[in-house]
Amino acid sequence: MWKFIVRRLLITIPQIIILSIIVFILAQMMPGDALSGLIDPSIDPAAVEQQRERLGLNNPWYIQYVDWVGGILQGDFGQSFRFKMPVTELIGQRMVNTVLLSVVTLIFTYLIALPLGLISGRFNDTLLDQAITGYTYIGFATPLFIFSLFMLWIFGYNLGWFPTSGSVAPGTEPGTIAYWLSKVYHALLPGISIALIQVVSTVQYLRSEIIDTKQKDFIITARAKGAGEQRVYNKHIFRNSLLPIAAFFGWEITTLITGTVFVEKIFSYPGMGLLFLESITQRDFSVANSLVLLFGTAQIMGALLSDIILSIVDPRIRIK
Amino acid sequence: MSNELLKIKNLSTSFRIGDEYYAAVDDVTLTLNKNEVLGIVGESGSGKSALAFSIMRLHTRAKIEGEILLNNQNIVKMSTSKLNKIRGDEMAMIFQDPLTALNPLMPIGRQIEENLFLHNKKLGQQGRKKRTIELLNLVGIPRPERVYEQFPHELSGGMRQRIIIAIAIANDPELLIADEPTTALDVTIQAQILDLVRELKEKIHAGIILITHDLGVVAEMADRVAVMYAGQIVEIAPVDKLFANPLHPYTRSLLNSVPAEGQDRLHVIQGVVPTLKNLPRTGCRFAERIPWIDASHHEEHPELHEVESGHFVRCTCYEHFYFPDNKEEQANGVS
Repeated sequence: MWKFIVRRLLITIPQIIILSIIVFILAQMMPGDALSGLIDPSIDPAAVEQQRERLGLNNPWYIQYVDWVGGILQGDFGQSFRFKMPVTELIGQRMVNTVLLSVVTLIFTYLIALPLGLISGRFNDTLLDQAITGYTYIGFATPLFIFSLFMLWIFGYNLGWFPTSGSVAPGTEPGTIAYWLSKVYHALLPGISIALIQVVSTVQYLRSEIIDTKQKDFIITARAKGAGEQRVYNKHIFRNSLLPIAAFFGWEITTLITGTVFVEKIFSYPGMGLLFLESITQRDFSVANSLVLLFGTAQIMGALLSDIILSIVDPRIRIK
Repeated sequence: MSNELLKIKNLSTSFRIGDEYYAAVDDVTLTLNKNEVLGIVGESGSGKSALAFSIMRLHTRAKIEGEILLNNQNIVKMSTSKLNKIRGDEMAMIFQDPLTALNPLMPIGRQIEENLFLHNKKLGQQGRKKRTIELLNLVGIPRPERVYEQFPHELSGGMRQRIIIAIAIANDPELLIADEPTTALDVTIQAQILDLVRELKEKIHAGIILITHDLGVVAEMADRVAVMYAGQIVEIAPVDKLFANPLHPYTRSLLNSVPAEGQDRLHVIQGVVPTLKNLPRTGCRFAERIPWIDASHHEEHPELHEVESGHFVRCTCYEHFYFPDNKEEQANGVS
């Protein structure tokens, strides 16, 4: 098992290296460079050329790549043109918000998905199941941004239960408990909104897995042993039905890390998705580059996480 | 105290197709004595497995009518909690396909222990493990301590079937149903598993219902044989009588289809087993597969007739049956 995890970890290293090369080449292919946005057109071209030489922008691409990677390894992602601050610091702030929102969303997703999927699958084709599948169809059909607006309007403006924008109440001292509580409070409404809509696919997955698993031969074996209904579900059906959900988990985390642009926009929640959108529209390339690299890495890590979870749940996956 | 272990009276098991129920097991009556091995043979679709599942009450969506008495307790009418006390304890089942009958995510040891845990709370964890290793030894698993920790996918089909047998015999059942235990296995492994069942037959003193379509297996292992066709028992007799004097056209056709040495053509039975929906419900159900027999030879409502002690045959058509390619018999039969 540990062998498998170590092997799986080693595989991610070349993946990340290849990813970084692709991101770098894409950045190189874009017109202009780190200097062209900063300089005044009236400056003497010779002086610009001198600066270029000094900053290493005239070096061959692989040397520049090594410089870039060397910087990243030391936590230096460059400067943001727009925010005039180091990218690391900028992303760091947003990252905390996004991770917090993801965690809130994930908790609500699984709090809703597991019981609904279980009930729906176990009592399939009953009235209860039809109500739950009815909800999933509505969830599939409802665009998240419409639903978020609706939630914001009801619970934010009309009822006033939740804050309507931002990630923390102004004036709270960073690092205090009140600060973090305020952060969680701000993440609740967007988190619940995302969860209520995104959960439907997980409910459907779980439902069909359970319906599928409960007809398997080993369930008959369990019944033939004299196992009661509850035991058959808890010990045999449930775990076998969780496999695809486990596989889904890493992917779900990835999508949450990369941010939900619409939701962030609607709730004016300063997360990664919003930052990415802004950096592209404002041509803040060093931020956009870093984010692409980060999202790609998150993708790789999500797949890694899925595989590790699967290998824990399913002994057949563990490669010898 | 009678010697009767299982008594099945007028059992019908019906499945719903569309809006109607169709009986896959139709009015079956039979008994099984303690320590007796009853072979049930028939083609696929003859209702053998449906019968076995009815006895264990493993059907989820079937209508079961009639009585199944195991030690005088009616399984058909039993509450689920009572049933769960009996299943796996007094009666157990060996399944057809070892590749799918084990939980892929549960170690072998725990799958066997589950059965012990459910019926023998006194045993405790150490006792269960000890008994499990003992069972693994009993069913001929090499290195049982290692297999105890392994998962089903790490074992071969034959090994897995041994595990399934170990699960079935864990609580020394009085009734053991083996539902085509070798069908899914390679021929060489089949022989090994049958040897094991034969060996266990001596050791565990259970009444065994052995369902198979292999007549050779039945001849070797069973005390009595029931031949099923289209949900009914068409012939039932002690094994020596059945093989010495097979009477029902279906039994004879089955025996005739076993390839013999020096035979250049394989004998087959015309047609196929009718599907559940298209089963003929009146008259002799085998009639349509022996069309050369005059319709007047069949009974209108075929009954089981006792032709010699313990040997029952359904319908009177057997008295006039002959194989179409056997001219001599044809002459006798028609006269």
